[in-house]
Amino acid sequence: MWEKKPVLLLLMATATILVGTLVTMVLPFAWVNTEADRIETVTPYTPLEQEGRDVYIREGCNNCHTQTVRPLVAEVLRYGDYSKSGEFVYDRPFLWGSRRTGPDLARIGGKYPDAWHYQHMSAPTSMVPRSNMPAYAFLNENQVDPGYTRRKMEVLGFPYSEEQIAALEGKTEMDAMVAYLQKLGSDIPWREAARTTLVGDLSNPYQGDSSVLDEGGRLYGQHCASCHGADFEGSDIAPDLQDVDMADAELYELLYNGIPDGGMPAFSTLGSDRVWKLVNFVKYHKRH
Amino acid sequence: MEAPQYNTAIVRSFVHWSILWGVVAILVGILISFQLVNPDLNIAPYLTYGRLRPIHTNAGIFGWGIGSFFALFYYMVQRLCRTPLWSDGLAKFQLYFFNATIIAAAVTLALGYTTSKEYHELEWPIDIMVVVLWVVFAINIIMTIIKRKEEQMYISLWFMLASIVGVAVLYLVNAAEVPVSLFKSYSAYAGTNDANVQWWFGHNAVAMVLTAPPLAVFYYFLPKSTGVPIYSHRLSIVAFWSLIFMYLWTGAHHLLWTPVPDWVQTLAMAFSVMLIAPSWGSVFNGYLSMGGQWHQMRENYLVKFLILGITFYGLQTLQGPLQAVRSFSAFIHYTDWVPGHVHMGTLGWVSLVLFAAFYYLAPRIYGRELYSIPLANLHFWLVLIGQLVYSVSMWIAGVQQAGMWHSMNPDGSLAYSFMETLIEMYPYYWVRAFSGLIYIAGVAVFVYNLFMTARQGKPAGGKAAVGA
Repeated sequence: MWEKKPVLLLLMATATILVGTLVTMVLPFAWVNTEADRIETVTPYTPLEQEGRDVYIREGCNNCHTQTVRPLVAEVLRYGDYSKSGEFVYDRPFLWGSRRTGPDLARIGGKYPDAWHYQHMSAPTSMVPRSNMPAYAFLNENQVDPGYTRRKMEVLGFPYSEEQIAALEGKTEMDAMVAYLQKLGSDIPWREAARTTLVGDLSNPYQGDSSVLDEGGRLYGQHCASCHGADFEGSDIAPDLQDVDMADAELYELLYNGIPDGGMPAFSTLGSDRVWKLVNFVKYHKRH
Repeated sequence: MEAPQYNTAIVRSFVHWSILWGVVAILVGILISFQLVNPDLNIAPYLTYGRLRPIHTNAGIFGWGIGSFFALFYYMVQRLCRTPLWSDGLAKFQLYFFNATIIAAAVTLALGYTTSKEYHELEWPIDIMVVVLWVVFAINIIMTIIKRKEEQMYISLWFMLASIVGVAVLYLVNAAEVPVSLFKSYSAYAGTNDANVQWWFGHNAVAMVLTAPPLAVFYYFLPKSTGVPIYSHRLSIVAFWSLIFMYLWTGAHHLLWTPVPDWVQTLAMAFSVMLIAPSWGSVFNGYLSMGGQWHQMRENYLVKFLILGITFYGLQTLQGPLQAVRSFSAFIHYTDWVPGHVHMGTLGWVSLVLFAAFYYLAPRIYGRELYSIPLANLHFWLVLIGQLVYSVSMWIAGVQQAGMWHSMNPDGSLAYSFMETLIEMYPYYWVRAFSGLIYIAGVAVFVYNLFMTARQGKPAGGKAAVGA
């Protein structure tokens, strides 16, 4: 019968597609972004962060970088605590992405110092030699428009102060982008919770074993050299390590947990064995 | 009986423009695939990967895909209804407005005006253009169907009507946004809700743009090409209704393991697996229609395109549900497996069916026999090889990438840094880029063949010969 009545077919087809729509798309509004998944420490974006977020959207960063850490062992190890619904209540639009050509950025905030991001955004390969990320040096040349930002804050209903708007004067899009990246994932104190306390005597399993120096040097080149310099000479981003004078155990702990306030990433993901090799390499260099 | 005066000019124009946008989509695709191996090809800021990638997908899905469906729907609807188009003027307006929209989309995306929602990146003024376009199209098709002289509506018309209403609902809901300025808006939904709405749209755009319309085309052009009817009318009824019912439940399978409520993820997974049945209903219907006609695979190049096309649809609708299983998704989601999957659908299924339909149309829109069947066969092999090399290399890459991401040392630490996994991808990215070159070589042969048909083909006598 409906094969002879186009209007009836249209109505029936509409009703048919609305069933699944109502259940899986409309109904979740009753649960999501309600008190049930609210997290108190999650705050709206500041004017500078919001401006950075809009630059992130404009440049299509979400095409290569996701912003959701899944509750899978390797992912939590690599990126940090898994994502929770309450962390995204101020995200219009969401930026979860669907492809990881580059690493996930959900927990990038606070992992590196600002200086690292400035350099990396301008010339990615200077920090990560074989990266295929485009260079975004042009963000340094574009200035943020405070009036436009104020309008965005009003549309989004986010709190802002006149000082914050005034402070945008002279800021570049790069400043905004870095501010946004540093905010990402830092609304919940997950890094503090993930911090390990190393108890007992930490003894260096490779004490005096020069056979691990090659491996240690390779690890240094891969993970440390872009900030601390190939010859431990330091850079704008991180101090030189030529005068490091620490006990093995102390250095191990520092590498293992990083320096959250100083922006040094934790290298616990490398595993204890490789961190000890790094310790040996750094100490060996110090002795020569 | 006097034959109705069908509007062929509009079909011809849409065919030409959709091919042009298809070529643009492939060229941009090739450029961004080379950018993945050589970041110096990112010419900042307008030609960076992040801005070009949505141009690639929009030109492919909307320029090539929808443009072709406009052409083919206008061709089919007149014949299936045995009546001319309801309004030639409106159709002409639609043609100009379509191209204006695609150009506006490409320019604004290159300038960085984007909502960032996948497959729905266009900012609100262009959203409005899309809505106008769709309304104009819907009115013309629906009015033509209402005024038809054929009592029964053939399967293809059901799929057309479902696509028209489906796209309308999806697009309007997902487009809800609050404008800040002419080229900037914020989504009406936030965070997890926004994600859930977006993938309800994103996956069902696959249903309503890349499944239902090509099925409409397939159900019409397969019998036309082979000269024998579709195997089962009843099977097509069951497949149609269950397909459009089940598809809409599955969007959240793009969001497995994310903060979307667990029960939504579970429903999405369950319905995705069930979706195999209606999809394969159409696949079997296509195969069974070939009963006793398999020799045409050798004799009739159109059948080759159509049957390979529906075969890729079958593979695609088996792979898709598997990807929607949570444990498998944990492994391959976010990897290069997914572009491999998507391109089997777009290049393998949708495009092969569209090529067949356009070859079938060529004698009818140019009034000349096809210039060269050997060239059509060459086209077939080039696009098939290009697509297979692309998909297979990306599947292997995806599995290796996932394996490296998840590998751990005995002490519980990660075996590889992210960069180590990326470096391993470069050889595959080279293969991917070159497979794009093979594919576009095939498309170049296609364009040349159509061009020569229009210029030099032998006049087709009265009704063009069917198939070969």
